[in-house]
Amino acid sequence: MSYLEYTVKSVPSGFRKILHLNWPLTLLLASVCGIGFLMLYSVAGGSFTPWAEPQMKRFGLGLALMFAVAMIPIWLWRNLSGLAYGVSLLLLVAVAVLGEERKGSQRWIDLGFMDLQPSELMKITLVMFLAAYYDWLPAKKVSRPFWVLLPVMIICVPTVLVLQQPDLGTSILLLTAGGGLMFLAGVHWAYFAAVIASGTGLLTAVFQSRGTSWQLLNDYQYRRIDTFLDPAADPLGAGYHITQSKIALGSGGWTGRGFMQGTQSRLNFLPEKHTDFIFTTLAEEFGFVGGFSLLALYAMIILFCVVTAILNKDRFSSLLTLGIALNFFLFFAVNMSMVMGLAPVVGVPLPLVSYGGSAMLVLLLAFGLVQSAHIHRPR
Amino acid sequence: MRRNRAESDANHTKLTRRAALLGGAQLLFMGGLAARMRYLQVDQADQFRLLAEENRINIRLIPPARGEIFDRNGLRLAQNVPSYRIVMVREDAGDAEAVMDRLGQIITLDPETRERAMAEIKRSAPFLPVTIVDDVSWDDVSRVSVNAPALPGVTPEVGLTRVYPRGSDFAHVVGRVGRVSQADLDALEDPDQVLRIPRFQIGKINVEARREDILRGKAGTKQVEVNATGRVMRELSRREGEAGKDIQLTVDANLQQYVQARLSEESAAVVVIDCENGDLAAIASAPSYDPNLFIGGISSKDYNPLLESKYRPLVNKTVQGTYPPGSTFKMMVAMAAIEEGIIGPDETVYCPGHLEVAGRRFHCWKRAGHGWVDLENSLKQSCDVYYYDLALKVGIEKISAMANRFGLGIKHELALSSVASGLTPTKSWKRETRGADWVIGDTVNASIGQGFMLASPLQLAVMSARIATGRAVTPRLVKTIDGVEQPSGAGEPLGMNENNLRKMRRAMFEVVNNRRGTGYRSRIIAEEYRMAGKTGTSQVRNITAAERARGVSRNEDLPWERRDHALFVSFAPFDKPRYAVSVLVEHGGGGSTAAAPIARDVILQALAGGEPPLEAYPSADRGRIKTQQRKLREMQPQAAINGNDQA
Repeated sequence: MSYLEYTVKSVPSGFRKILHLNWPLTLLLASVCGIGFLMLYSVAGGSFTPWAEPQMKRFGLGLALMFAVAMIPIWLWRNLSGLAYGVSLLLLVAVAVLGEERKGSQRWIDLGFMDLQPSELMKITLVMFLAAYYDWLPAKKVSRPFWVLLPVMIICVPTVLVLQQPDLGTSILLLTAGGGLMFLAGVHWAYFAAVIASGTGLLTAVFQSRGTSWQLLNDYQYRRIDTFLDPAADPLGAGYHITQSKIALGSGGWTGRGFMQGTQSRLNFLPEKHTDFIFTTLAEEFGFVGGFSLLALYAMIILFCVVTAILNKDRFSSLLTLGIALNFFLFFAVNMSMVMGLAPVVGVPLPLVSYGGSAMLVLLLAFGLVQSAHIHRPR
Repeated sequence: MRRNRAESDANHTKLTRRAALLGGAQLLFMGGLAARMRYLQVDQADQFRLLAEENRINIRLIPPARGEIFDRNGLRLAQNVPSYRIVMVREDAGDAEAVMDRLGQIITLDPETRERAMAEIKRSAPFLPVTIVDDVSWDDVSRVSVNAPALPGVTPEVGLTRVYPRGSDFAHVVGRVGRVSQADLDALEDPDQVLRIPRFQIGKINVEARREDILRGKAGTKQVEVNATGRVMRELSRREGEAGKDIQLTVDANLQQYVQARLSEESAAVVVIDCENGDLAAIASAPSYDPNLFIGGISSKDYNPLLESKYRPLVNKTVQGTYPPGSTFKMMVAMAAIEEGIIGPDETVYCPGHLEVAGRRFHCWKRAGHGWVDLENSLKQSCDVYYYDLALKVGIEKISAMANRFGLGIKHELALSSVASGLTPTKSWKRETRGADWVIGDTVNASIGQGFMLASPLQLAVMSARIATGRAVTPRLVKTIDGVEQPSGAGEPLGMNENNLRKMRRAMFEVVNNRRGTGYRSRIIAEEYRMAGKTGTSQVRNITAAERARGVSRNEDLPWERRDHALFVSFAPFDKPRYAVSVLVEHGGGGSTAAAPIARDVILQALAGGEPPLEAYPSADRGRIKTQQRKLREMQPQAAINGNDQA
């Protein structure tokens, strides 16, 4: 059903919108962020600086942003999605040209008060644009080759740009989220089967090409895969992260050592302890119970999103909500797999918990969209 | 855009179905994560807790032993020796200040060292050993050990350090190591972890630096358990590193030692190259310095004199220094002209003592002129006009191209730092770098190795070896790596007319062995060692018309910096060339007086393989040579004691 078909009258307006916010979802998001503050406080050795305090400020800003976004009718966002995608794409190009290089990759643009990572923004705008695309596209055209190729292009252009930075983690996320959205929109399953088959072929090619002149990945990426397969081979270099993070995780046990009692992560055994590897601190200090609780919170967020999406009769809203949920899922699934030694170290933060401005703001903004879809749903 | 309600509903049903499917998959994955978490945190908790609860795993690096460097006969040029240091552990010492006071009474501790050590002790964790003094003698070590009860927490530790038993003889060949500096780390894209070990030594110059890849080796690792405060509890596992590989050089340490001693404090360079395979038998730059002074960081008291000396001991004059080759370049001009067929080896040119070119008068060194001269006579007496004339006919491009074929103006790849490529000028070179057109006077200057022409002593030695053999001999410094022989520098034939080369060698023979030759005073009598060569004297100043009118000043009357460079290139034995030698004496005056005698002594030493028989020298010189040999013998024992351990 399209918005033109129902009466705008039944949609709440003005301050009444606040009552119609999805408050349980807001509460869940706030609790996850709260866990993040606790962990950042603990990692810093019981101090709000240098991480917990700025993170809290950003959370405040993000929350305000989320509410602001939620107040704006979802159809306006749909109409803006093309523009948003275009701007993100331009920013990605800009960062490739004049971005700042850090830790060997180019990802940031300095905005003065904070650093912007356009690839973060792209994760959301890509989903928005695809959702708008499938909202517009008549259902019978969805599986026609041309109309399948178009979204594939929409996904691949930013993915390649991000891969150039090089940021393997984010490009995998973009690709999977985009593919997931196409799946949700009802593209015929045979396409996915074909992609998975050729993907397997490509993966074989990647490994076959190693050491030859047409080698497909950077050496450091091969090394990371090697380390994943056999972390013991390079205990000082790449394998160090995984080995240490498993020790920290495992030593947590059922209930953990207690708040601020984790030693592994705080004694600098782990690098990136406040960003990508923050989950180890949680798991060490609060044990399986703590780790599982966070996982449960995440699961509930996903569940809430899926349920509101299914209940929402507007196609754009449903797709957008599911796409954002999928993105969110990919974030923590990749991060947790990495920390638990199930996936190579690709540098994906734990959503809403890891220290980092861009990621948190963008995620809260995305959930603002989810809220807007919920408030302005057709009734 | 109105849509059919039924279609819209069907769409939503499909969306719902796929959403449920994807959502289910996500939940399943989360279940998997939970299971993994349970496995790590519950099932394997005991194992990980053991690793982390009381004791943590810590990884320590074991520094690899650096590869050693040997001469061609297996004499050690760079070796690793144990070095002792005194360390203190604060928590064992109790009152660190008091223990330090007592230590100061047992061994000498200057206040500066003491203060630095105290500061470091206060800064670091109480259980970490802090080095108080480095490089202490065995006496001090035993003194500390004997007084151990009075010195709680103080222990001597042993490590490896680099020592150069041959001292200054090889500073410009083997080079030296030093502590890793920030600049070293910045220069590397992906610095090896091992470089972060405190006190780790890295090659700084010459072979030590250029073959760092081979010498360094790979660090081993050991996993140790450390407790909550970081104290090492026990070693868990050990992965042995790989020691650096040994390198054997082509240099003969005894010959090198002789050459350095012969040059002593003269500002000079000598290169001895084996004609058969390009091996550098000696490559000496004087004055030199003791690389051992640099290893632990050199004091400014030692460093400043090296830096400020006008003889520039820190510069490797053999490969880094480039000089106008002077008359030693004349062979190149003649080869270019003869190979081009512009003049035959036996054709003559008239030398009236000067040549007018474009309204300018270029003088021969002999004002009265040499009369009619051919190749042999012109080279023997070093007539300048003959070469002016040839150069004007053949042109600078062909001369420079010929010089390149003989190894001048090109960079020879050696494991030494800052190897210079010298310069063989061309017209386009001058236009590009000087922004001026080539003038005819430039060609005239180049014909006698002056003006823009620049060559290093190494290049001159290569040139002589190539003339002697007719092959493109390339210098080789590294003989074997880890016992594997490196490619020989014998080289392919140059493709010159053998008859012309033979004439050239004959002319060089006459230079030294003919009574009227410029090198006659430095000839070798012994039939089997006879030498061919060419003298060179290159000006470092312009002779003004006024000076010429007054009579050109004698070198001895000039201040050192303005005297001419003395050069000599040679090879021997003449019949079957074995070694080619180039000698450069900075501001030494004339090539025949300052450089040729050195070349003769060095070549005899190399050929005789030890002290040459006096009979090889002209009888008039024997008395003087005998005295010189005795003096050198007196200088040598000291060096010989330091490092005569056969490997």
